This record gives sequence, structure tokens and C-alpha cells, in this order.
Amino acid sequence: MQIRYRLALTGTAALGAAATVAAPATAQTLNLSVAIPRLSVAEYHRPYVAIWIEKEGAAPRSLSVWYDYDMKNGEGTKWLRDVRQWWRASGRALKLPADGVTGATKAPGDHKLSFTAGKGPLGSLGPGNYTLFIEAAREVGGREVVRLPFVWPPKPGATVKAQGSTELGAVALTFGK
Amino acid sequence: MKATYLIAGALAALMLPATAQAHRQWMLPSSTTLSGDDSWVTVDAAISNDVFYFEHFPMPTDGIAVTEPDGSTGKIENAAKGRYRSTFDVHLTKPGTYRIANVSTGVMGSYRLNGKQERLPRGTTKDKLASVIPAGATDVQTAEMSNRNEIFVTLGAPTTTIFKPTGTGIEMVPVTHPNDLVSGEAATFQFLLDGKPAADLKVTVIPGGIRYRDALGQMDLTADKDGKVVVTWPEPGMYWVNASIGGGREGGPGGMGGPGAGAPGAAPTPPTRPAGPPQRRAAYVSTLEVLAP
Repeated sequence: MQIRYRLALTGTAALGAAATVAAPATAQTLNLSVAIPRLSVAEYHRPYVAIWIEKEGAAPRSLSVWYDYDMKNGEGTKWLRDVRQWWRASGRALKLPADGVTGATKAPGDHKLSFTAGKGPLGSLGPGNYTLFIEAAREVGGREVVRLPFVWPPKPGATVKAQGSTELGAVALTFGK
Repeated sequence: MKATYLIAGALAALMLPATAQAHRQWMLPSSTTLSGDDSWVTVDAAISNDVFYFEHFPMPTDGIAVTEPDGSTGKIENAAKGRYRSTFDVHLTKPGTYRIANVSTGVMGSYRLNGKQERLPRGTTKDKLASVIPAGATDVQTAEMSNRNEIFVTLGAPTTTIFKPTGTGIEMVPVTHPNDLVSGEAATFQFLLDGKPAADLKVTVIPGGIRYRDALGQMDLTADKDGKVVVTWPEPGMYWVNASIGGGREGGPGGMGGPGAGAPGAAPTPPTRPAGPPQRRAAYVSTLEVLAP
């Protein structure tokens, strides 16, 4: 069942690739939407956000880190450890800024991200159970982690959703070609 | 504990049987887990009953040494001594784990000269021993003391270069890295005494914050035959870790020797204090930070 599905995907991906550039035949994307809530607080700073995936028995992979990467003398890195679960899982082993991972902090609102299997920070994924983590830590504010479990390779049209309660809003993961 | 005695200058107190001496020496770093390529920690150092409230005496900073992640010697900066606490900074410029430690060794003991029992002067070290015992002294009894008070801070990913034991006194060798502690998880540490596994060593772990709760929350642990203890952290926070042998101090097995152990006939008057052979003394103190998951 799973194998047939992968074959089918390969076919479509290859078709698509013919029209554009030579994308990997098994190209699949993780489309992630992350809502940063608008908070009514006296002193607001955009949160530091880390997005990473974990699979049991494998090294966690950082997909995206939003922080004040452009402060002088790298001062914005001082607070990365406050994104503490990510820092322990993956951040402290990263050399920052990291290509394709480092990004600026984002304003409140919905943010769309897309990661392609076999490319960039996502890399290739072996079959198995994964968890995508989104962790937000805000200066003079709180911290929250939201988890999105998924199976790789994904079922067609699968969507995983979760809802943050304080520092994160709705997050959703969908899978595309 | 120990430092209290030193500060009071009351070395005689060391010779007394176990007393309820609860003053604790501690160092409290501003952070133990740091990110970036360049960071600072500031450390409070004090001696008090309740960890980590500075309300009794500042801890001297003269003997504090910094070991950088690559094993080279670092330094403390901006050291200052207040009424109740000392404070100093350490500039972290290399990735990895730093040790900030106050390690001291010495020899205590006594001898008899012209029918009087004399004590070795304070601060006697092993290499000076011969020069402080006068000719004609008899009944020379000595014991080594080793004290270690150390904390660890990590810039970036934890490293283990600095954990090579020296073979002197009580040392902690991490199985779980001391800057990778999370509440709800178990951590394992191995304790060594003079380089060998400290089997059956009593280890005390006390969470900070006693002022705001009723129960001390002290954990009394005993090292296994390999000197290992396992701690499961009940909650995030700073924890004070102590182990000692000899001298009846906190966590130790008992007091100094029994009463009146002078040579037969040599002591016409009863000794004014217990005078059994002094025991090897060693003490270990650390402060560990446990993060929330």
C-alpha cells in the first residue's frame, strides 16, 4: 500500500520535474503554517522560534530558527538557549547562523514555511514516526512547545494540526508533492 | 561547613566531635547553559545555613580557579567581597564546559613536645610538613584534608575534557553531564576518593529555595560499589550537592576518633579533647542547575 503510493508519487514528481528543473524524483514537501499570536502586553518582543524534527534513534534536525541574528557581535545568540528544548535537542550542536535555517524573528500573524525532502535542512527522511516541534520563547514573556506527530512517508492529503495556548497559535502541517 | 571553621579561625573546632554544624559553602552561577560565541557568567559565593541565600558570610575567592574547555587555565574577573557574599565573573570565550573550582589540600595533625600536645599550624601543606614539626616531637599524628567546591558552566554544547580526575580528594566524574540535567530525568554521577571509586560514599542533595517551602527536601544518597549515585530531579532549579568523609561533617560517616587515645603512661592528665588518630578528610561541594523539560 505504502510502496504503491510512493511509486505513484515518483511518477508525478518526475512529470513535474520534466517541466521545471531536475528536482529529486521523490520530492515531497512539508508545508507548515505557524501562527504567532498577537498579545496585548506592555512590552512585546517578537519570540525566538525554533522548528525541528525528531525521530526516535536519530539525531534531531533543525529546520528553522527565528532569532535576532543581525545584532552586532552576535548578541542575539545569547538568548537562543532560552528556546531550551530545542537548544538541548539540536541548537547547541549547530553552528549559527546556519544556511537555510537561520531567519529573522517574525511579527504576529500566520507564517507559511515549506521544506522539501532531500533538500536543505530537512534532508532525506527514512520511513518512520516523526515529530515536528515548534518552540517559541519570548523576551519578558513565556515559552511554549507544540508538537506535530507525523508518519513518513505521509498519506496523501494528510494534515496534522495543533493549537498553541500562549506563545503560539494554530499550527498545521500538510504534505505536498 | 568547612569554610566556616576557617573563617572563624577556630581550627580547634575541627577536633571536636560531630556537632550540628550546618553552614554550607556554595557558589551560585547566573547561568549554567549558555549560547553564543562569547558570554559571561557571574557567580555568587557565600557560606550560609540555607542554600542559596547569602545571609551569613562571603566565601573567599582567592583560591578559585577556572579551567577552560580545552584544559587551559582561565581566570575570574571583577571579584568583590560584600558583607554576606562574594561575587565574581567568568568570561566564556571558548565553546564547551568550564570548571570553576575552589580546591584546597592540607595536612592537619598534632604532636607532643615537652609533655604538651601541639597542633600543626593552619595551612600546613604536605610538602611543608617536615618543616613544621620540631625536632624532638613525639606522637606525631597527621591526616590529609582535601576540599573541593566546584561548579560547571557550558557555552554551546557540553564537553568532557575537564573531567579528567586529579586523583586527590573527592571528585565527581559525570556519567550524565552536569550541564545537561532536566527535571524528571535521572542523572548518574560517579564519585572518586583519591582517584578510586568512592563506594558507599554518602551524598546529600538539597534543592534551593527552602525559604518558600516547609520541607527541606534533602535527598540522602549512598554511592554504589562503583561510587555511582543516581539522582532523579523532582523539579527544575538549583541543587546543592555535598559529600564528605572524616570529621563528622555533613554527609560524613562520623566524628573524629574516640576519647583519650594517648599512649599509655604518656598522658597523666586526661586530654582536653578527643585525641584519636586523625582521619583522612575530604569534602566535595557542587551546585547543579536542573532545567525544566
